Amino acid sequence: MNFMLSKEHEMLRTLYREFAEKEAKPLAQEVDETEEFPRGTAEKMGKIGFLGIPVPREYGGQGCDPLAYAMCVEELSKVCGTTGVIVSAHTSLCCDPIQTYGTEEQKQKYLVPLAKGEKLGAFGLTEPGAGTDAQGQQTKAVLEGDEYVLNGSKIFITNGKEADVYVIFAITGVVTDARGRTKKNISAFIVEKGTPGFSFGTKEKKMGIRGSSTYELIFTDCRIPKENLLGQEGKGFGIAMHTLDGGRIGIAAQALGLAAGALEATIAYVQERKQFGKPISAFQNTQFQLADMATKVEAARLLVYKAAVAKATQKNYSLEAAQAKLYAAEVAMEVTTKAVQLHGGYGYTREYDVERMMRDAKITEIYEGTSEVQKMVISAAILK
Amino acid sequence: MKIVVCIKQVPDTKGGVKFNPDGTLDRGAMLTIMNPDDKAGLEAALRLKDQYGAEVTVITMGLPKAEDVLREAIAMGADKGVLVTDRVLGGADTWATSQTLAGAIRNLEYDLIITGRQAIDGDTAQVGPQLSEHLNIPVISYAQDIKIDENTGTVTVQRQYDDRYHILKTQMPCLITALAELNEPRYMTPGGIFDACKAEITVWGRDKLNGVDDSNLGLKGSPTQIAKASDKVRKGAGEKVNLDPAASVDYIIGKLKEKHVL
Repeated sequence: MNFMLSKEHEMLRTLYREFAEKEAKPLAQEVDETEEFPRGTAEKMGKIGFLGIPVPREYGGQGCDPLAYAMCVEELSKVCGTTGVIVSAHTSLCCDPIQTYGTEEQKQKYLVPLAKGEKLGAFGLTEPGAGTDAQGQQTKAVLEGDEYVLNGSKIFITNGKEADVYVIFAITGVVTDARGRTKKNISAFIVEKGTPGFSFGTKEKKMGIRGSSTYELIFTDCRIPKENLLGQEGKGFGIAMHTLDGGRIGIAAQALGLAAGALEATIAYVQERKQFGKPISAFQNTQFQLADMATKVEAARLLVYKAAVAKATQKNYSLEAAQAKLYAAEVAMEVTTKAVQLHGGYGYTREYDVERMMRDAKITEIYEGTSEVQKMVISAAILK
Repeated sequence: MKIVVCIKQVPDTKGGVKFNPDGTLDRGAMLTIMNPDDKAGLEAALRLKDQYGAEVTVITMGLPKAEDVLREAIAMGADKGVLVTDRVLGGADTWATSQTLAGAIRNLEYDLIITGRQAIDGDTAQVGPQLSEHLNIPVISYAQDIKIDENTGTVTVQRQYDDRYHILKTQMPCLITALAELNEPRYMTPGGIFDACKAEITVWGRDKLNGVDDSNLGLKGSPTQIAKASDKVRKGAGEKVNLDPAASVDYIIGKLKEKHVL
């Protein structure tokens, strides 16, 4: 067992930190305030390979491992939660399923430009009536000749209006088993922006990650070529679940970054802020709070990195991914809340980054599987 | 085209400065970065590579850990790295450094050598021009723009000069010193980092240096003797006075006389 990062990963950390400090941090407040998607930052990330880190070189990616990718999301999220989730949703939820389930033609057509950062990706599973209960889907796809016709809508879609390529799930049939129970057959599709019948609905007004483009996607007789079916027809639910296992590592890394960023900001603040004639870091309450925060951040980091390594080395990593996401998200919420408390009144103002970090942290306990879903996954794995 | 870029691992000024008892920098004890002017020189070489096609070799003299800066350069897009390291080369001033680099570069093929204008630890701006003298090739310093004519084998450079710039043209092989203002260096790429860590770095000691006498190497070969070195002394907070213009002129003149400036 070796807890030391390799030389490669140490250098990656330097690169991610330099980029985050120079490019993402100066815009973080403005992106939050204006709710504007940081298009320029996304383009810069695309040019230097941040949008294809774990994708093999033959498909335009960087050919690195999942840990290299998780560390990127962590470092970006330390300064800007919005920028972190742009990379996470694009990589885990769009590149990964196309890489895993796509045909060679689909990979050449879609994965290559996604990994090169020429195009941005998104993923549409959630519907008004189908969040945690993915079987509650209503969107349908009907095969007519050489085309599938999509009807329905998706909500809360990250990178929503900014993406070019979408992995969309829809019902392609309903089957009844021997006991008369019905089950929806779900399939996955690759849909391009601009396809007739594909439009955008409401933009969500959110508590945090406000620069992230969160939209409703609407499909009205949207015809997509048959060859854009991703994987086999009816196997979409498995594709979605497998994709979310990977996605959880990305969100866990985002949560870790938010916690680590808030801790860093607080360490600096408590040494500058004076009360009763001394820096507040001299008070034992501050010291003990920081000790707890730092220990939890480190524990979250170990779980996130372990899950990332598991993705590279194990066929099934659902348990590791769920544990990492559950814990890192809880730590993100706890550490950012304590960070605001240690900043006092200033921490409650938008002048200080910890206020934004606390708002950004909450979503990590909700999206890509709520904490409760993670507990279901974990308990199912340990009770089998 | 073959380009050699000289780069230096320098102390990161954010991390504080530490000295050896002899007054030279204790490089082993400080956080380091690639010297900013050298990074601009590397970026210029990589742009020439993108535009015309070239093989870019980075070379550095330093402690074994200076290998890190070569790997960083490879992660940005350089093709090869050469580390010149040997105990006998330690404590070198600009003269001994340029002699050492010349001895190493004589083993390499090159059309163009690019160095940074100066390093942020020494601020001498001497090594580049000295190196060109040792190798007997032309030098154009303070480049803010570089253009190559492949047909004639010439290079045209805008040389920064106070309030204007000069346009100079010379035959290759030649040496150019680059300014940090020359460009915005690119980032490493994640894939580049993985490649750089696998790349083989050529390591040369004293025995590989070509055409250099021992008397010109290391601390012994350095004409510069450091009498004393210290960290930057912080200026005091200054003094603020609130007087009308006439009285403040008298006040300042009084102070200057007091300090024997006037």
